Amino acid sequence: MDRRGFLKTLAAALAAGSARVIAVEFDPFPPAPRLGKPLSPVGERSRFEAHVRRYISPNLPSLHTGAAFAPISELDGIIHPGGLHFERDHAGVPEIDPKKWRLVIHGLVERPLIFDLETLMRMPTESRIYFIECAGNGQNGYREPPEPTLTATRSRGLVSGAEWTGVPLRILLEEAGLKPEARWVIAEGADASAWVRSIPIDKALADVLVAFRQNGEALRPENGYPVRLVVPGWEGSIQVKWLRRILISDQPAMSKGETSEYTDVRPDGTVDAFTWVMEPQSIITRPSGGQRIELGFHEIRGLAWSGFGRIARVEVSTDGGRTWQAARLSEPVLDRALTRFTFPWRWDGKETVIQSRAIDEKGNVQPTREEFFRRWARNNRYHYNAIQAWRIRSDGGVENGDPPLAGTRLPPLAAGGCGGEVLDG
Amino acid sequence: MVRVLPLLVLVALALAFAERLGLGRELTPEELRAYDVTPVVLPDGRGLPEGEGDYATGFEIYAFECASCHGPNGEGAPFDRLVAAEPFSPELPPHRFAIGNYWPYATTLFDYIYRAMPFQEPHRLSADEVYALVAYLLVENGIVPEDFVASRETLPKVRMPARERLRIDPLTRELYPWVELP
Repeated sequence: MDRRGFLKTLAAALAAGSARVIAVEFDPFPPAPRLGKPLSPVGERSRFEAHVRRYISPNLPSLHTGAAFAPISELDGIIHPGGLHFERDHAGVPEIDPKKWRLVIHGLVERPLIFDLETLMRMPTESRIYFIECAGNGQNGYREPPEPTLTATRSRGLVSGAEWTGVPLRILLEEAGLKPEARWVIAEGADASAWVRSIPIDKALADVLVAFRQNGEALRPENGYPVRLVVPGWEGSIQVKWLRRILISDQPAMSKGETSEYTDVRPDGTVDAFTWVMEPQSIITRPSGGQRIELGFHEIRGLAWSGFGRIARVEVSTDGGRTWQAARLSEPVLDRALTRFTFPWRWDGKETVIQSRAIDEKGNVQPTREEFFRRWARNNRYHYNAIQAWRIRSDGGVENGDPPLAGTRLPPLAAGGCGGEVLDG
Repeated sequence: MVRVLPLLVLVALALAFAERLGLGRELTPEELRAYDVTPVVLPDGRGLPEGEGDYATGFEIYAFECASCHGPNGEGAPFDRLVAAEPFSPELPPHRFAIGNYWPYATTLFDYIYRAMPFQEPHRLSADEVYALVAYLLVENGIVPEDFVASRETLPKVRMPARERLRIDPLTRELYPWVELP
């Protein structure tokens, strides 16, 4: 565009409302005139990136139980850096000396066994890229009317992707020798709450990892250092961090984390236990709530994932849901991993609503808000996976574009799952 | 029985083809007992230690150990509500979910308090103290009479109102047909 054309566009934009086109300012940007910093044993982020941080609600009653959201509004990629992987603790982060760490397997086994970290690390390993998602992800979507200042991070930042390396749980169970009546793996963490969850034995034998590496390095303390379970595609709270014990049982524990929490309410008032699989999700991270865009070209970017398998398709609408087009999926598209999608788009300066929906390889489709609330009660707390819409205002500002639900008003929600901190306004 | 078959086959296969690496060390029963400091309590009562406690004792312990977080009468704030003020319904806001209208098993109360409470300093209360707290909370929620004594024998028999509404998620039923709720 020449100078005159640009001025014309600018004038038109100013006349139309307030969307802006900002020209790139000329700056010579010369190479460094002197030596830079020396070699460093551990790399740090650029100081100019210090604002990219996990989001922690200012309204938490305690910073020892709650969730820190991965800043997905400001990240691209299917692997999250260790320090920005989302965090959910139930009783703080324990400090565990790896020399003192032990794992015990007992109960309905031929031989109760104890392992130290060195022994665990001698065993056969696998590395897999998976997403981990808190069942409370999306909980801000239960607000009615929708919260206008929602960001992508606060909408769906309780998910992260990482490469996890560890010993298949199956191998450890074979070492101990399962008795025929073994039905459940009850895993216990070494945090102050000694967090307990029950996993059916067939899932444990299929693909659960006893992980000691996160993106190639030791787990971050807040992600279970030194050892955690990775239970692919299932809710995060069952992927027990700081693993210390595995009890093989013929019954599930019905622990607090699988009864009073992490159970789901249906519209008829029945409560579902064992809602394990994370259903398909997608979210546009750019442009998204709280950002501001200019006229012209934008690559719409986002993430999609499903606990059922690979993402088959992501569709994007830039006209308030009237028409939908296929987004490009960025390779690699992996089983139960975050998948990036992109969609080229020119914004004409008119107010509109953009949104994405994911379809997985099993044919599961991400629902609209209306569809979601036909399946789940309005006072449910978990597994919110409805489409997130973003409204682009005529001034280029982006805000929550979710449609209010028709009919009754939801009673005010003062607390929700994950200790209530996810509903954080 | 037919629905349980695929699982049994899987477990049998795992047993049959397992070639042990010979890693890890076998535990003696004494070592195992020392490691089991936070016993996993199952709904049928397995895992519950010896001991007992009643409402009056629990009332004292509650005031001292619990009320600052859960309210003088279990009404919640800053942390979870413990005493239900009304029955459950799909209109009830989540901050009013409590033991009397949402917790399906009384055994979970013992398990959780013994392993995780008090929040600042867990694994400190004795089994008797935890039984007393469970008795206090069950009485306050109107589930058992005031003379109830909580113990290994009595807790598995308590029927919680929320158990009637609990079911297995339909998807889980499809994927794991053998799974049953205790």
